[in-house]
Amino acid sequence: MKTFFVSLFGPDIRVELPDGSKRPLNDYLLPNAIFTIAALLLMASTFLPYWRMTMTAPQYPKGLHVNVYVNHLEGDMREIDELNHYLGMPVLDAGGQLERSFALVAIVALGLVLAASVFVHNQFAALLALPVILYPAIFVADLYSILYTYGHSIDPKSALGSAIKPFTPPLVGVGKVGQFGTIAEFQIGFLIAILAVGVVLIGLYFHRRAYKPVVDARKRLSQQHAAETTTAAVNA
Amino acid sequence: MKKIAVLVTLGLLGLLVIAGCGNPVPTPVGQQPAVSTSGLPADAAAVATERGLSQDDIYAALKTYTPSGQLDPYIMIASGGQSGQVLVIGIPSMRLLKTIGVFTPEPWQGYGFGGSGNKILAEGDVNGKEVRWGDTHHPGLSETNGEYDGQFLFINDKANARVAVIDLRDFSTKQIVKSPLAINDHGGSFVTPNTDYIIEGPQYAAPLGWEYADLKDYKDKYRGVMTLWKFDRAAGRIDETQSFSIELPPYWQDLCDAGKKVSDGWLFCNSFNTELATGGIEDGNPPFEAGTAKNDTDYLHIVNWKKAEEVYKAGKTDKIKDMPVIRLDTAIKEGILYFTPEPKSPHGADVTPGGEYIVVGGKLDPHVTIYSFDKISKAIAAINEGTASKDAYGVPVIPLDQSMEAQVELGLGPLHTVFDDKGYAYTSLFLDSAVARWTLGGAYQSLHSEAAWTLVQKLPVQYNIGHIAAAEGDTASPDGNYVVALNKWSIDRFANVGPLLPQNFQLIDTSKPGDQMKVLYDMPIGNAEPHYAQIIKADKLKAWEVYPVGTNAETMQKDPNAITSPDQAKIVRNGSNVEIWTAVIRSHYTPEHVNIKKGDHVVWHLTNLEQTRDATHGFAVPGYNINLSLEPGKTETIEFDADMSGTFAFYCTEFCSALHLEMMGYMLVEP
Repeated sequence: MKTFFVSLFGPDIRVELPDGSKRPLNDYLLPNAIFTIAALLLMASTFLPYWRMTMTAPQYPKGLHVNVYVNHLEGDMREIDELNHYLGMPVLDAGGQLERSFALVAIVALGLVLAASVFVHNQFAALLALPVILYPAIFVADLYSILYTYGHSIDPKSALGSAIKPFTPPLVGVGKVGQFGTIAEFQIGFLIAILAVGVVLIGLYFHRRAYKPVVDARKRLSQQHAAETTTAAVNA
Repeated sequence: MKKIAVLVTLGLLGLLVIAGCGNPVPTPVGQQPAVSTSGLPADAAAVATERGLSQDDIYAALKTYTPSGQLDPYIMIASGGQSGQVLVIGIPSMRLLKTIGVFTPEPWQGYGFGGSGNKILAEGDVNGKEVRWGDTHHPGLSETNGEYDGQFLFINDKANARVAVIDLRDFSTKQIVKSPLAINDHGGSFVTPNTDYIIEGPQYAAPLGWEYADLKDYKDKYRGVMTLWKFDRAAGRIDETQSFSIELPPYWQDLCDAGKKVSDGWLFCNSFNTELATGGIEDGNPPFEAGTAKNDTDYLHIVNWKKAEEVYKAGKTDKIKDMPVIRLDTAIKEGILYFTPEPKSPHGADVTPGGEYIVVGGKLDPHVTIYSFDKISKAIAAINEGTASKDAYGVPVIPLDQSMEAQVELGLGPLHTVFDDKGYAYTSLFLDSAVARWTLGGAYQSLHSEAAWTLVQKLPVQYNIGHIAAAEGDTASPDGNYVVALNKWSIDRFANVGPLLPQNFQLIDTSKPGDQMKVLYDMPIGNAEPHYAQIIKADKLKAWEVYPVGTNAETMQKDPNAITSPDQAKIVRNGSNVEIWTAVIRSHYTPEHVNIKKGDHVVWHLTNLEQTRDATHGFAVPGYNINLSLEPGKTETIEFDADMSGTFAFYCTEFCSALHLEMMGYMLVEP
């Protein structure tokens, strides 16, 4: 079986480790491939919505929706802003403007940093992968702060602004504002970003499996060398 | 013992009297007792029994009841008669969806109270005189290849010979044209199969050019004037510069219909005063009602409009009051006009879906007479100039036996005919107060199982049916299923609401062949007296939900004075001219203070910035007779002289939001 695949896909190339032992090249290609997939997933997620707020009321048979992407908003913003003006809330577009302006560039940078970890042949690869791993958490924290700002920027001069207390629209789950029911849900884009994180972790596992022997071999060699040197020094 | 018996009897009698004096539950008049409610759920059966509903009633209720949120599959467009409006009704729910202001100002739509509607209404002025009502008769939906295309609607005003154009993107009137030659019409608005022309047929004869002439000169001076209005579909308007008229004898032309398919290029009109009666009951003459009915036949007018168009383009016309007119002599010479007899004082000229036949209702004759276009064309081709019979004006007359295909005896007072997809024709019988279903022959024979040209069923309607409408029933491919009887008299059908009674539209189920037509539903029309209606498939109508922001409803394009945000609202003063740009959005106007001086000339542009469906705002300025309806996206402009000083609160007249009462502003006119 193995010889069949070898004959089909090419000669079996081996990598020589510092201690002289040999391991298949594929062991070292696999983590690279996985990181590439993770980077692609991350890019793909930017084309899809990350989070959605739906508002329901009797007068809106189809509901009102806002879909949040990393770099723009889509949906019934015009109507929601119109309704929000009675409460003195800022327009939806005012939230997260800075983040949305550099989001795509930042995500591309994260992808590049992840790709760079391919060239790191020891445990510090995990450091380069860290930004991607933290990315979903950063997104959630940032979204929370934007929602907090919305609910705490009520204009007291507006029609109903003085009648309501500052609040934070929910990040997830159902709520109620006036006659509106609210439903907040994370969407496919965010789930793909989390999937990308999972893929990175899998990649790190295979990275460790491939490179730990190298690191260990190097350590043993340097210990050996140090021992030989010490012995030589002692014997001299 | 005897005393007790007497007392008991008296007591029982007393109880009976008391019981009889109580108010009994009113039982529906004329209802049959409930029959066999088995198969219905128990509570439904109880309702049927309590309300005295018959099996037919339950079936009719199921066929027409439309639950909230469900849309009608057909829309009926009906004229509003003397209301000067058009009614939009859902079928089969028979619910009134909308009234469209056409010749009459209508404040809910903001039509005629300061906005662009004023200009459109003024297009219908008669010699500079404001005429702010109309006698709307026959709506004509625009057609492509003989099928309704749902883009435009045309409607005539019989009283003043005007035609209006309604754009079905927003169901509002865009143009009114007034013929300079005619003072009344009846045979309008009927469209040619691709809406090249809108036919406006005349009615009561008048001297050509609408001059003065004594009635003793009736035969020589009085004429009928048919106008063919050219429709420019791209512009959505009648092009008066490409329109022309045809001079006809004073025979009181009546209803017209354009030929289609095999008869495309021809139009047909019936007439009913070939007697040239001029009345004068006060002088001992026969009144018009008798004088016009004297002869056994009048003339069906057969007009080659394609040829007439060529004659007009070749310039063979006289210009009378700026309207090119093909004179009667020219029409005869160029082979544009032919007659054939029609009994007796008929009404209605209706062309069958394939264009092969023309059906004329006898009115005072109990038959419908069906003419074959094939026979007519052959007869026209064979006309020998020398020997052809002619009428008093020289128009060639095709003898009845050379043009007639069949006659069907239907009953008393046949008027109008519409068609379905099973080879049936439906004719209204005014005097018999019934709808006659009868069969067509020829190409339609294979669609039905009965013999050709035969009466199949007479269905009584309540009461005195005038026009009749069928689903897509005057197009090249009728749908069948529904017919609506436009009854003129409702008499006892509805609760008594005073001496002026509503009309009665009755929805009739024609889905089953043979003699199975049934009346399903009575719809009172309490604001109009419709004459004709057309029924179009609802999905052919592509009305807008909102206007794009800043649309001028008259041009349906961006208004140069539109604003797109409240930041652009401003007041500009130039001497005594004040121009204001106002943003309208829930729940405020920007600006809210308008300070002007008495005598200022005010031009005020308002834009509704909403894009949400149904977020309409109103705008009324009290004292100045101004009320606008500002649908989402619409821009309107009003113009007036501030000749009244004082304090005026302008406000939103269309309930728009929870803070609608607060949506207002002050216009202060300093003396």
